[in-house]
Amino acid sequence: MEFIIISLVKAALVAAVLLTLAAYLVWIERKVLAHIQLRVGPYRVGPNGLLQPLADLVKLVTKEGVMPAQVNRFYYLLAPFLAVALALVSISVIPFGTEIEVFGIKTYMGLADVNIGLLVILAISAVSVYAIALGGWASNNKYALLGGLRSAAQMISYELPMSLAIASPLLLANTLSLREVAEAQAGFYFGFLPRWHIFQMPMPQLIAFAVFLVAGFAETNRVPFDLPEAENELVAGFHTEYSSTCFAAFFTAEYVNMVTISALATHLFLGGWNPIVPEPVAGLVPVFLFLAAAAALFFHGLNSVSTRPWDKYSFPVVGVVALGLAGIFALAFLPLPGPLASIAAALHPLFWFCAKVGVILFLFIWVRGTLPRFRFDQLMKFAWTFLFPVAIVQLLATALMVALVK
Amino acid sequence: MDAILFLLFAAIAVACGINLVVQTHPISSALSLIGVMASLAVLYLLLGAEFMAAAQMIVYAGAIMVLFVFTIMLLNAGAEHKKGRSVIARLLGVPALIGFLGLVSFLIQSLLPRSEEVRFGAFTGGTAQAIGKKLFTGYLLPFEVTSVLILVAILGAVVLARKEI
Repeated sequence: MEFIIISLVKAALVAAVLLTLAAYLVWIERKVLAHIQLRVGPYRVGPNGLLQPLADLVKLVTKEGVMPAQVNRFYYLLAPFLAVALALVSISVIPFGTEIEVFGIKTYMGLADVNIGLLVILAISAVSVYAIALGGWASNNKYALLGGLRSAAQMISYELPMSLAIASPLLLANTLSLREVAEAQAGFYFGFLPRWHIFQMPMPQLIAFAVFLVAGFAETNRVPFDLPEAENELVAGFHTEYSSTCFAAFFTAEYVNMVTISALATHLFLGGWNPIVPEPVAGLVPVFLFLAAAAALFFHGLNSVSTRPWDKYSFPVVGVVALGLAGIFALAFLPLPGPLASIAAALHPLFWFCAKVGVILFLFIWVRGTLPRFRFDQLMKFAWTFLFPVAIVQLLATALMVALVK
Repeated sequence: MDAILFLLFAAIAVACGINLVVQTHPISSALSLIGVMASLAVLYLLLGAEFMAAAQMIVYAGAIMVLFVFTIMLLNAGAEHKKGRSVIARLLGVPALIGFLGLVSFLIQSLLPRSEEVRFGAFTGGTAQAIGKKLFTGYLLPFEVTSVLILVAILGAVVLARKEI
């Protein structure tokens, strides 16, 4: 009974955080893209456009959901539901940190600690092709159908290099559980080089990491692989006919999938929640990072050159939040009573995990602002004649090295 | 709990199987087949064969059925038109089916030796490690022969595709 209640609370918490993150990821993406392109980005709704996701949500929910004529009603509605449900389910096997003890209840940070966690994620990503293909087919629109078919072909093709890239860090960690994969990467070489899989001897996984990231971009249908929704040739691809809440579901699914891929890359290659520097320094990193952020925000807010009045207040307010976060991370150095101490200690792994996920998410946005889109034949050729052989050779080399060392 | 889940997913599997035959549209049939495979994966999971369950989802429900759905969408196959059934089929179809199923289940019950009762959670050899060890020690020859078979199938596909060009 206790297990069910704890699981429900955790599930609600993770879902709420994830959906908010997905909404604000859109804001961050628009802001970063705008700054890459020397624009300002959204800034009219709320201070610096911070309420833009909320406004978008209200707009999407209140708009009329148009159903085109002669569509297959059941499949037309099933597709967006499937997309968002599968995207949310796949996060359930990803751990966010070590064990935490709150008010005497010991629990693990993450929804489910399964010993086939990676296979579950692969299975879900294999099934989530249907959401897009079905949405494209059920729309009764040639552009949507072409988008759906392209997406199915693309996702099948890139799943192979992705699985092969996943297999090589698993060979090093010798487990399928994501928690154990992260735990296997604890420690340092020579006292400074972290034992993350991208640095790990005998075979640094840099190539596998690159293959995984490229395949991950393709799996989430992001630029430069967003062929399924290439607007200059397919209107909007598989979601051409979708409007209102159904469109919001596809949109959310895309961003949640981005978070999942980033979390997976963090666990497989970047050491999960293990810090980048050895222990006494590692604890200080978040404190100083947030202090620096707070100082920068205060400085920019108080010396604001912008003619927008709210910049004077919004930056310092965010600065105060950063200051508070710095204080919370500093708590771990103080002698605290039992329960508080364990929470403070558990926050550091969470910080490192979130920081790494954030860096990869930023990479996703950066790439979108930088690279043009592939042509479809280039996309397929790249997957089958370059990425796939590279992944196979890398896997064989890793297997050989592991066999020789052990 | 295990028994409830087993009954639930067994029922879903059977319902999807019946739906697969009854539906007239190929996409509906294909999706019902995916439903059957997904509930089979859950049944494997309940029996402790976790690797089999994941492989079932990745290979069958994922890769193979995607190709089916892909082909159906590419051909844009419409719903099939039912032709009038013959009088004999209409009158004797259901009774004959019930009789046949009864006969089969009677034969299975009486002819096959009684095996041990299956208990949930009793089987623990379903991990990826255990299966890998079995594959590369006890069943190495069938494993390698299967891979050669798949290679032959790939070569066959390439040859057939070549002819078209």
